[in-house]
Amino acid sequence: MSATARTLELGRVGESVKRIDAIPKVTGEFAYSSDLFAAGMLWGHTLRSSHAHALVSEVDISEAVGMPGVHAVLTHSDVPGAKTYGLEFPDQPVLAIDRVRYFGEPVAIVAAEHPEQARRAAERIRVAYEPLEPVVDPEQATEREPIHEGRPTAGHGFRDDERPNVVRTIVIRHGDPDAEADVTVSGVYELGIQDQAFLGPESGLAIPDAEGGVDVYVATQWLHIDRDQVAPCLGLEPKQVRIHLAGVGGAFGGREDLSMQIHAAMLALHTDRPVKMVYNREESFVGHIHRHPAKIWMEHRANRDGKLVNVRARILLDGGAYASSSAAVTANASAFACGPYAVENALVECTCVYTNNPPCGAMRGFGAVQSCFAHEAQMDKLAAELGIDPVELRLRNALAPGDTLPTGQRITGSFPAAEVIRRAAALPVPEPEELPRDALRLPGGSGNTTRGEGVRRGVGFAVGFKNVCYSEGFDDSTAARVRLTASDEELAAEVHCAAAEVGQGVVNVILQTARTELDLDDVVLGAATTSSVGSAGSASASRMTWMAAGAVRLAARAANEELARRGGNLAPGETIDVERIYHHRPTTPLDPETGQVTGDGAHVAYICAAMRVVAEVDVELGLTRVVWIGTAQDVGKAVNPQAVYGQIEGGIAQGLGLALMEEIQTRDGLITNASFTDYLVPTTLDMPPVDAELVEEPEPDAPYGVKGVGEPPTVVSTAAVVSALRDATGRELTRVPVSPDEIVGL
Amino acid sequence: MQVLTPRSLAEALRLKAEHPGSVPIQGGTDVMVELNFDRARPETLLNLNEVRELRGWSRDNGSIRLGAGLTYTEGMEAPLAEALPALAEASRTVGGPQIRNRGTVGGNLGTASPAGDALPPLLIGDAVVELASVRGERSVPLPEFLTGPKRNALAADELIVAILVRPAAGPQTFMKVGPRNAMVISVVSLALTVDRDHDEVRAAFGSAGPVAGLVQAPLAELNGFPERVAAAASPIDDVRGSAVYRRKSLRVLTVRAVERCLQ
Ligand SMILES: Cc1cc2nc3c(=O)[nH]c(=O)nc-3n(C[C@H](O)[C@H](O)[C@H](O)COP(=O)(O)OP(=O)(O)OC[C@H]3O[C@@H](n4cnc5c(N)ncnc54)[C@H](O)[C@@H]3O)c2cc1C
Repeated sequence: MSATARTLELGRVGESVKRIDAIPKVTGEFAYSSDLFAAGMLWGHTLRSSHAHALVSEVDISEAVGMPGVHAVLTHSDVPGAKTYGLEFPDQPVLAIDRVRYFGEPVAIVAAEHPEQARRAAERIRVAYEPLEPVVDPEQATEREPIHEGRPTAGHGFRDDERPNVVRTIVIRHGDPDAEADVTVSGVYELGIQDQAFLGPESGLAIPDAEGGVDVYVATQWLHIDRDQVAPCLGLEPKQVRIHLAGVGGAFGGREDLSMQIHAAMLALHTDRPVKMVYNREESFVGHIHRHPAKIWMEHRANRDGKLVNVRARILLDGGAYASSSAAVTANASAFACGPYAVENALVECTCVYTNNPPCGAMRGFGAVQSCFAHEAQMDKLAAELGIDPVELRLRNALAPGDTLPTGQRITGSFPAAEVIRRAAALPVPEPEELPRDALRLPGGSGNTTRGEGVRRGVGFAVGFKNVCYSEGFDDSTAARVRLTASDEELAAEVHCAAAEVGQGVVNVILQTARTELDLDDVVLGAATTSSVGSAGSASASRMTWMAAGAVRLAARAANEELARRGGNLAPGETIDVERIYHHRPTTPLDPETGQVTGDGAHVAYICAAMRVVAEVDVELGLTRVVWIGTAQDVGKAVNPQAVYGQIEGGIAQGLGLALMEEIQTRDGLITNASFTDYLVPTTLDMPPVDAELVEEPEPDAPYGVKGVGEPPTVVSTAAVVSALRDATGRELTRVPVSPDEIVGL
Repeated sequence: MQVLTPRSLAEALRLKAEHPGSVPIQGGTDVMVELNFDRARPETLLNLNEVRELRGWSRDNGSIRLGAGLTYTEGMEAPLAEALPALAEASRTVGGPQIRNRGTVGGNLGTASPAGDALPPLLIGDAVVELASVRGERSVPLPEFLTGPKRNALAADELIVAILVRPAAGPQTFMKVGPRNAMVISVVSLALTVDRDHDEVRAAFGSAGPVAGLVQAPLAELNGFPERVAAAASPIDDVRGSAVYRRKSLRVLTVRAVERCLQ
């Protein structure tokens, strides 16, 4: 290894450091969860519902159990403990009990010597379904028969909403919601279902420990919450279930909920053999939750000078069959509905409903993506109506520290909204390229559909924000453990933290923090597992860098203090081993009636970004080429700038995908495009070069001033790309993904 | 599942006759997808990759003879790309580099998808498909070979050996509409040539009917030609696009293709 590479890998906080997993991932040596192997292991397979909504009167496994190679066929009656589980509300059966509520819901599981044997045995399971009319139109869900008995989400301090199938309703009343102003613009916006489309399908390995417990190796986002959901369903104590992080092939929120964890563990405990499960691509599309599709009605009232006076929004989210994290997504969609703008009056109503559509939950941007698409379309509309430059209009309204959000929360930390707007707007926009040019540099790309005919250029702009860390009184924490040892007179450190490396680079954050605080090069990171350290919380909500850095810093400083007490050095064989738990500042719930903050505030801190997009559109064929994206993002402090740029580019690609092509399509609740043939994600030809500026205004409460960086690019880019398409086409384009039909006006 | 690997065309035909249920595999870019998705479980695969007679291309009596095993990558290379520019352009739109290295023109005919990108360029070249079996050989014009969506005229003991195409006698082009800029199944596609030798414009569309379709007209009737092409199509609504969009786009593509070819 060359000397420069070595110094790069051993960086401190603030230096660009090559990711320790970069080379193995690029060369294919990295072991993903689907690569796991144990001697004597069996293969698990899941039989899934072919109906979106049906009663299940019988599951007959008699033929399946006799199939070659089969070791176990299990149904809901074999679930040893609690029959249901859930991230926030235990409304989801481990295996369907008497009803299936979505297409692809697990009904039975099989373990066999070979995956093909397991699959064939599953085909022989006879399920007696009595189909029910599926609830597929979210706008009618509140008038239909309830999909769930009782109210799974009732009694959590949420607003009373007695209508059937309501997951959660939030109403935020701020100032005078009837306040009038000089001009009003309104619009109705829709977003289709986006999928996380991570490349590594759900997979893992469960190994019985011969003492009644089980070890589960799995790609997940939060090891300890998996354990806390798995153990009760297995009828085991948490310590009997150890969850270990296996190589994660992308997550984006899609691994917050359980997938195969309980199933593999049940099969392993039942057969007393290791059991591996790997979903295929098609199964993966029903194996995890998606981004909530939404319909949003918005009205903006402003004065002639551009000052926003009143924002009125109604948001309908389709949560699908189970609650997952819908309640929290509902909170985010409403809390950020007005965008990063100061507005004295607002009325925001947001309802998430149960339907028999694919279940929805966490995905990068978490409710803010949907709202941003709507509020930014509105800001462009307002700018046009007022004849004010769209960037100028946003600057005039930009939220700043000291301002109050519609929830009544005062911004106490850093909030450089105006700065990101100015910096993004100042980035030089590339000149239009000359014609003729290679088809690859035109809308339609390799399809060779134009030499310039029908092509118009547009420039768009958008700003968005969301919170960092969990909110509304959910005060999570992160634990880290630092072990100092001495060998050959040199100190060495081992760090343990259960933070999930999901591709975002948290392993480097942990090492950089430890090296910085311990002032040591020789630091290694232990495996992420529930067996050696406390909970890290979720690799979600753009929180993991902040929280992991906070925890590792605490533990490292404690280790330093102990070392000082012992005279500054350790004898060979002597160790210091400290674990510390880091908490962010506490949050409090929203008032269920008014949607106003009740105590310190519902959120920990905020992150914002602004983006300018140049796009070319073939207005006759409805095809698009995004030419360039410039962005400025509020990052607090970039721990590893290279990784931050990576997050910005990746996040933009994901938002661009939603703007232009990514949508799970359904018919009567059944997914019709569960493959990468028809669920399209952007290729390198669709993704433009990105000029990114990092705005570093330290967050006062956070270690080193860091903020999260993973979500803002996704929140903003969907809105920014469509803004550019509107500029190019002159059309309203109120739904994403924007279809070619809409661009050409069909 | 057994895999038979003949070393010559004669052996391949004999094996195909002995195993009429066997599935020929060339690049495998369609066959393996079917297997992976468990849509097909053939007992026997007939691996054609060692059959030299199916490889490459040659000039044959004023025509171009494309071996069934000609890959898209080969279709993009000069001098073949100069003789059949629309096929070269179509080849460039197929999948990514890995797929173009493996996928073949013969396989595209074997699959006979209405979205097969090799089909429109071959149709405008008045392609004739050479089929062979132990019973003998026959030549079938491409429009007759394509009998329906994913159906063709191959008999159970037959293999596709080659495709005979007219080299371009004038400018030609290929265009493919898809909602992303690479690696996409066509929502609608068009190959078009202005053939001065025959005083004719010929266009063929993909993904706009049950089979790829050919439309031709004398050069004197160029004006109404885009309408004619759009009218000849019978597109449907599916997850990839709507029928109205396909028909409208076909008209736009034809206008542009005619313009390109007249320049
Ligand atoms: C990721 C991906 C992207 C793709 N993109 C495109 C695209 O953009 N455009 C497009 O048109 N297609 C595309 N395809 C489909 C596929 O690549 C093409 O249809 C290709 O031409 C198939 O050729 P092959 O040699 O791989 O065929 P194979 O898979 O080997 O065979 C295909 C069919 O033809 C039969 N067959 C093959 N050779 C013979 C023969 N000599 N005689 C009789 N029958 C035969 C086989 O039995 C089978 O039914 C894509 C596929 C993938 C996986």
